[in-house]
Amino acid sequence: MKFTLSWLKEHLETDASLEAIVDMLTCIGLEVEGVENPAEKLAPFVVAEVLTAEPHPQADKLQVLTVNTGDGEPVQVVCGAPNARAGLKGVFGGPGAYVPGSDLTLKVAAIRGVESRGMMCSVRELELGEEHDGIIELPADAPVGAGFAQWRGLDDPVIDVAVTPNRQDCMGVHGIARDLAAAGLGTLKAVNVKEIAGAFPCPIEIRTDDPEGCPAFYGRVIRGVKNGPSPDWLQQRLKAVGQRPISALVDMTNYIMLSYGRPLHVYDLAKLEGAIVARKAKDGETMLALNGKTYALDSSMTVIADDAGVHDIGGIMGGEDTGATEETTDVVIECAYFDPEGIARTGQKLALTSDARTRFERGVDPTFLEVGLQLATERALDLVGGEPSEIIRAGSPPAEQRIVEYRPQRCAELGGLDVPEERQKDILLSLGFEFEHGDPWKIDVPSWRRDVIGSADIVEEVIRIEGIDKVPSTPLPRAPGVAKPTATPEQLVERRVRRAAAERGLNEAVTWSFVSEAEAEPFGGSAWILDNPISEEMKAMRPSLLPGLLAAARRNIDRGAQSVRLFEVGRRYLGDREHPTIGLVLAGDRRARHWSTGKAEAFSAYDAKAEAMALLAAAGAPVDNLQALDGTAVYHPGRSARLCLGPRNALAEFGELHPATLKAFDLGVPVVAAEIYLDFIPLKRSGIGHMRAAYAPPPLQAVKRDFAFLLPTEARADTLLRAVRGADKQVIAGVSLFDVFTGQGVPEGRKSVAVEVVLQPGDKSFSHEELEAISSRIVAAAEKMGARLRD
Amino acid sequence: MSDVETMTGEWVARIEAARDLQSLELERVAALGKQGAITGLLKTLGGMTPEERQVEGPRIHSLRETVTEAIAARKSALETAELDRKLATETLDMSLPVSAGEQGSIHPVSQVMDELAEIFADLGFSVATGPEIEDDWHNFTALNIPESHPARAMHDTFYFGADKDGDGKRMLLRTHTSPVQIRAMQAQKPPLRIIAPGRTYRSDSDATHTPMFHQVEGLVIDRGIHLGHLKWTLETFLKAFFERDDIVLRLRPSYFPFTEPSAEVDVGYTIENGRRVVGGSDGWMEVLGSGMVHPRVLEACGLDPNEWQGFAFGSGIDRLAMLKYGMDDLRAFFDGDLRWLRHYGFSSLDVPTLSGGVGA
Repeated sequence: MKFTLSWLKEHLETDASLEAIVDMLTCIGLEVEGVENPAEKLAPFVVAEVLTAEPHPQADKLQVLTVNTGDGEPVQVVCGAPNARAGLKGVFGGPGAYVPGSDLTLKVAAIRGVESRGMMCSVRELELGEEHDGIIELPADAPVGAGFAQWRGLDDPVIDVAVTPNRQDCMGVHGIARDLAAAGLGTLKAVNVKEIAGAFPCPIEIRTDDPEGCPAFYGRVIRGVKNGPSPDWLQQRLKAVGQRPISALVDMTNYIMLSYGRPLHVYDLAKLEGAIVARKAKDGETMLALNGKTYALDSSMTVIADDAGVHDIGGIMGGEDTGATEETTDVVIECAYFDPEGIARTGQKLALTSDARTRFERGVDPTFLEVGLQLATERALDLVGGEPSEIIRAGSPPAEQRIVEYRPQRCAELGGLDVPEERQKDILLSLGFEFEHGDPWKIDVPSWRRDVIGSADIVEEVIRIEGIDKVPSTPLPRAPGVAKPTATPEQLVERRVRRAAAERGLNEAVTWSFVSEAEAEPFGGSAWILDNPISEEMKAMRPSLLPGLLAAARRNIDRGAQSVRLFEVGRRYLGDREHPTIGLVLAGDRRARHWSTGKAEAFSAYDAKAEAMALLAAAGAPVDNLQALDGTAVYHPGRSARLCLGPRNALAEFGELHPATLKAFDLGVPVVAAEIYLDFIPLKRSGIGHMRAAYAPPPLQAVKRDFAFLLPTEARADTLLRAVRGADKQVIAGVSLFDVFTGQGVPEGRKSVAVEVVLQPGDKSFSHEELEAISSRIVAAAEKMGARLRD
Repeated sequence: MSDVETMTGEWVARIEAARDLQSLELERVAALGKQGAITGLLKTLGGMTPEERQVEGPRIHSLRETVTEAIAARKSALETAELDRKLATETLDMSLPVSAGEQGSIHPVSQVMDELAEIFADLGFSVATGPEIEDDWHNFTALNIPESHPARAMHDTFYFGADKDGDGKRMLLRTHTSPVQIRAMQAQKPPLRIIAPGRTYRSDSDATHTPMFHQVEGLVIDRGIHLGHLKWTLETFLKAFFERDDIVLRLRPSYFPFTEPSAEVDVGYTIENGRRVVGGSDGWMEVLGSGMVHPRVLEACGLDPNEWQGFAFGSGIDRLAMLKYGMDDLRAFFDGDLRWLRHYGFSSLDVPTLSGGVGA
């Protein structure tokens, strides 16, 4: 919301400086976003008179002027404007003046051989408008030598405040003035309404057939108006706050709206047919709005229409066909109350914003219809003349009186600031609240403060006017002793895997939660597609962390990275819920070229497995019990696996990516990857206290035995290892695989797998027979898995 | 000089002259072997009279001892020389570079989240989470933002297909972490103190906005909590977070549908080396939105506003990270550029602690 200082002073009697006003606005919750004085950039420009104008000796289109700038000697200026002539008064800038509209600084120059010591300016050159057909022509009585901006009344700072959505009352200068007055910066000037009686009955029927959407529709006709451009002062004021002057009647409605937050609309009576009625639109009706666009309406929307059709999307925007023009002689002024929720819904549906909507959807003052219409009438008569009809008042605005019960102690209890009762009363009175004394206070909320519904709102009013900076900092009560740990087991797991991954040399990335549908496709597609994505690339909630990481890997490789190790801790968004996950990709060189071999080394699927296992261990997963089952289709079918606790419960997946996946992500190097599904890892049962089991190292040294088995080539080593481990859980303390071999001495279709078994004796050493028995059990267990002891 | 003494000198000289272990061994055999000269002398002792033996015995034994020692000393010297020669052939260039292993890193957003958890744990806050794919009731309605409220339109919300579950709730990407307030109040009985960091989304993309970003929410519900407690908590937090005592806050009355009274919080900054540094008060930057929890929000969560009250606040984690560590481009946070990650990332060992400091 923009307004000028002089505009504010029409509503506020004050001696306060601009700076004090600006500071106070921010302090009371009307945040100042900018202050600009258009006069500052026009300071070097003065009113000047052209004394003589002669043709330029070297150029047909130029003239040589002598100009009286009020500074003694006349100045010679070369000018190309067709309207430059002796006797014309205009705006002069001398050497050194910066011309804002042309972005240049004037200097003494020779133009086609004739010296020029300045410039007579056009409207556009001074950024006062778009006209550039000639230089500015001022009235004959403009005082030569006077500062142009001052003389023209442009020395009026423009203040821009961000009005929060709850403060409709401050979407007019008067409301802002009221707040400033309450804050002690002056006295609010009362709204001065003249009762203008109608000279004749209103010649058009006005009614509302939609008491819900438009409970009140006031209007009157003014006949015999002479519409045209509005006077300078009004145009300037509107321009200063960023509004385009249109015609006196339209400018009048904008002026009332900006002054009092009260939107109005004006129709050309000659263009209306029959009664003018507020009603619901009919499905399929359309209207060409003032912004040049046609809107399709439906039966949820309140409109103003006559027998011919819709002429106003009620409270949002008027129609192009029935607005006031220069030819208009008789007008209808509409001053209505629209239901805020209805306005909001219609505005959202049509994606149509306007100054009127902004105010109506926040809820205008329902008691201001009569006043608003009278103010409009007065201003219209003043600007365009004519004769007003009687007023028609169709329906009645909601007249809810809101009483809030309030105990003044609430200010200290909720606001933390003890404001004396009398002071609280003064503040509230100055904001327009009224009182019924007693305990509690019964506070009558003014009609323009729709946002105030309860005692918390009253506290806010008192605190913001008294000064929120006065609220003393008060320590939160603190539990005795050292702060207790608060992290949940899930949070601890996440922290551990994150730091474990970084410790292992991976760099943590944060990538978008949304990917393209095409990127989600290889990972099973997305369960969540955005209705209104920002782009096709950010449309589908990711079903895996890998698409984002693969895209990041590609970007890094495109930038010349030789080796990429990226991980991310985040959520996968599946149909059922969001799944905390850690994903990683390893791309490019596992190890750069090194003098030891002279060659770079590529990542293999086993590197992905190593990371997956390490991170699973960091997360507390039972890594020894995991089964490697086939990986999913994004991976190389023979070089990937899911690590499962039981066939349906995958805790992780890893492997080399399928060439088709690499192609889809435009990756030219082999990439291995892994994902760990953190929420599927069984949480470690929290032990009782910190006490560990008693330390009891075995009294006897372990015994090691090696076995070599022949397995079918396609068999998985881990089934053998688990079988061997399970052969005698009492004594087998460890099984490790130390050799895998195919080739000479191993039959076709078989592989030789050698394992070392660690046997831990109890309190006496194994006898030969015992060792034989254990060995037999191991071999038998292996044979069950299709293995055979190698001869 | 007797024969034996002469022999001693001769043998020692011969041993000293041995050039290698092999010739030393030949000398040892010649002197002390079965047929050796000194062994021969020892054998002569048997044929001597006791008197002769008393004189010759010690002399011959002394000869043998001296020669044995000389051989041992020479052997050791030759072995050392041999090892030295061998080692001299084994020299490697110890200036060749070695790999120190890969250096990983923690993303600044994660690091700052850990810092927040550490600071607020000391103030008695635990960390709460909630879904990012939310329904409009938790994201808006329960937060006193009814359907027609202008604030809904101001949130630039990402929506999913209409009413998936047919229960009248529209699913969306949460526009703020505030719905976690609602979930926390529904799940736990007050008093409660939580922070809720996480991803948030708005349909907005320009130089300073990304469609995904991170917020942290704070919520305290108890009896008798007021605006002064809010002010103290934010001051205390910011001083701890930036590890500076000259943090100055400015509260400005503002409006959020879910708090009443509401305040925006600016923090003072100074310019150092052309960059904004938090601390002092040469200028103000908005860093937090806050207020006392609106009675309607408490009611929506089943709490009696006459019994319970409290405050809530929210801030941008990415922005906090930028202010503390000096990044100037928000979009780089989500690009995964290794150069950026290494430059602004943190070591795995930089775990924020109260004793070691929450900044790294």
